[in-house]
Parts: sequence; structure tokens; C-alpha cells
Amino acid sequence: MNATVDIWDEFTEGIWRQNPVFVMVLGLCPMLAVTVSAVNALTMGLATLFVLVCSSGLVSMMRKLVPKEVRIATYIVIIATFVTVVDYIIQAVSLALYEALGAFIQLIVVNCIILGRAEAHASKNPPIPAMINAVGMSIGFVIGLFALGSVREILGAGTLFGVSLFGSNFQPWVIMVLPPGGFFVLGGWLLFFSWWARRKQRTQAGRTGEGTQHA
Amino acid sequence: MHETAFQIFVNTLLANNLVLAMFLGLCPFLGVSGRLETAFPMGMATTFVMLVASLCAFGLNLLLSYFHLEFLRLISYIVIIASAVQLVEMVLKKYSPSLFRALGIYLPLITTNCAVLGIALFQTAREYDFIQSLAFSTGGGAGFTLALVLMASVRERLQLSNVPDLVQGTALSLMLAGILSLSFMGFAGLGG
Repeated sequence: MNATVDIWDEFTEGIWRQNPVFVMVLGLCPMLAVTVSAVNALTMGLATLFVLVCSSGLVSMMRKLVPKEVRIATYIVIIATFVTVVDYIIQAVSLALYEALGAFIQLIVVNCIILGRAEAHASKNPPIPAMINAVGMSIGFVIGLFALGSVREILGAGTLFGVSLFGSNFQPWVIMVLPPGGFFVLGGWLLFFSWWARRKQRTQAGRTGEGTQHA
Repeated sequence: MHETAFQIFVNTLLANNLVLAMFLGLCPFLGVSGRLETAFPMGMATTFVMLVASLCAFGLNLLLSYFHLEFLRLISYIVIIASAVQLVEMVLKKYSPSLFRALGIYLPLITTNCAVLGIALFQTAREYDFIQSLAFSTGGGAGFTLALVLMASVRERLQLSNVPDLVQGTALSLMLAGILSLSFMGFAGLGG
């Protein structure tokens, strides 16, 4: 019973409590650069998922073999190997997508989420929990990417997955698919989440303290 | 595809600024831009690493293409960058310990700065020659420093102003970055 609770906890940690995008604000660069459309965002999320899960598993298996002094270098080489694999797979499956994402597939290597997970979690836990945690983290990342990509595509192009939503009269808000839009949309989401957390706190305080905490 | 070195320099400095138009190197951009006196040295250190990494990457790419080992490109670039960062770290520790402490964790993190790897990867993808690579990496580094210094100056001013609690922190920095990015779009078309 206890074991299943632990595993469930490992899994949900990345999706909600420690969401890499909205709570930890890690891995910003690929996030803002590729979220021009929902399709790009999903591809990037899946590529990151593959790299994160595989590298977490391998790092965790090797955690007793690697000397402490060279661990970061080892992790980076492991991550770079898996990124090269993903890079070639995407190139083989869809050349159009590969060209749309450009160098950002290879830049997964320097995504702080992956190195952060390897250092903070995978190097201290056995392979199975490490991989489950990695899956949760990547799902959280995919959700974040999708939230960003869909808002930018809907506002900036009036489409979602390339399907037109508003008919021909819609005047696209072009700035949203350009670089400044990325900053604005992410800032907006962060603002929304902090407002939400604040509101939750306030209603809880109101319920327990019978309104004495209102300030 | 025959851009002059000067065009590339201006282009990467302003119109295609690494941070504000290409979204590279955002972590240090948001992390160390709190104060001006750490922002500038951080920019210079990153520029130096970029320059070294870009030149080594150029030579290495010739070697790898000669032996048809392109799949090793990513791994070897990362190793070069890590060594360059180590070099900067040792130099700083010896000559300016106070600066070394101020930069803290962000110094080793230059290794995972996407701007540095981005420069190396983009120059390979665009098939720049030696002079072009040089201009590209100096322009990129100068652009990164410029963005960092601008952001730090704005944030220093903001500490004195009255901002609602809710917006404080990352959300505010991101909005600022958006506005900076908006103004940098005015440079579009400059440098051909």
C-alpha cells in the first residue's frame, strides 16, 4: 500500500506540485522558441520526454559506478547521446517538422530540466522510481508547452493544429507568434497561477479563521 | 548566402538578438539580471566562452566532416564548451575572487547556456567560414551582454517603484523581457 502511494507521489510530483514550466520555471529556451504552434510544442515535448526518461534510467543505473568528480560530465555525455538519437529519428520520420524545429532539437542537451533531474533525483534513486519521476516531469513539461503553444497559435494565427477556428473574418494578432508574444503569454500564465494560489490561500484562511485573517 | 562579416555582426547583435529574438540563454538572462555589477561581467564571461567555443567548434567540424563522423558533433561541442567554461572559472578564481563568488552557481552553468551551444550549432548549420564564424560569435556575445545589461538596468529601477505583490518575481521579469523584445523588433531588416 505504502509503496504504491510513493510511486504515485513520484509520478504526480512533476505534473503538478513541481511542474517544471509553471512552478520551477526551467527549460525556458526551447519552451519559448518552439511554441509557435501546438504541433511544434507537442513534438518538442515528446522528444524531451524520450530523452529525459532514457537518461534518467541510465544515470540511475550507473549511479554507483560514476565517481563524484566527473558526474556532471558523464551526465552530459549520456544526455547528448540520447539527443543525437532523437535528432536522427525526427529527421527520418518527418523532414518538415525537423526543419521547423531546427537546431532546437539538438539544444535539448542544454535543457536544464534534464540535467536538473539527473543531478537531483536520478543519481540518488533506483532506476524504476527515477524513470517514473522522469515520466511525470515530462508530462508536466508537455502540458506547459501545450498550454503555451495552443494559446499562441489561437491568438496569433486563429487556428489550432492548423484548423481554422474563427472563420475568415478573424484578424490574427500576429505579435503572439513573434518572439515578444512568447514572453507575454508565459508571463500571463505565471500571473494566473500566482493569482490562483493566492485565492486558494485566502479562501482556506477564511474558512478556518472565520474571516479573522482578512487583510 | 554571402553575407559580409559586418552584416552578420550587426544582425546577431540587434536584429536577431540571441536572447530577445531567438530565445537562447534565458536562464542566466532571468537569473543574473538582478544587479548591474554582476550582469556585465557575466555577459563578458559568456562572450569569451562563446568566442573560444565557436573557434574550436569550427576547427572540430572540419575534422569531423573529413572523417565522416558528423553524429559525434553534438557530444564533442559540449565537451569543448565545458572545458572553455572550466578555463574561465580558473582565471576568474585567481584574478577576481570577489566576482567569482558573486556569480556563484551561474558560472559553471554557462556550460548549459543554450546561447553558447546555439552559436556553435547555428554556425555549422549555416556553413559560415572562419571570418563569418568569428563575427557571428562576437556579435552573439555582444548581443547577450547588451540584453543582460539593459534588463539589469530596468530591474534596478523597478526595485524603487511600487509594484503589486502578485506580479513580483518571474512574471514581472517576463513581461519586461517581452517589452524589450518588442522594441528590439524595430531593428528588423537592419544588416540585410
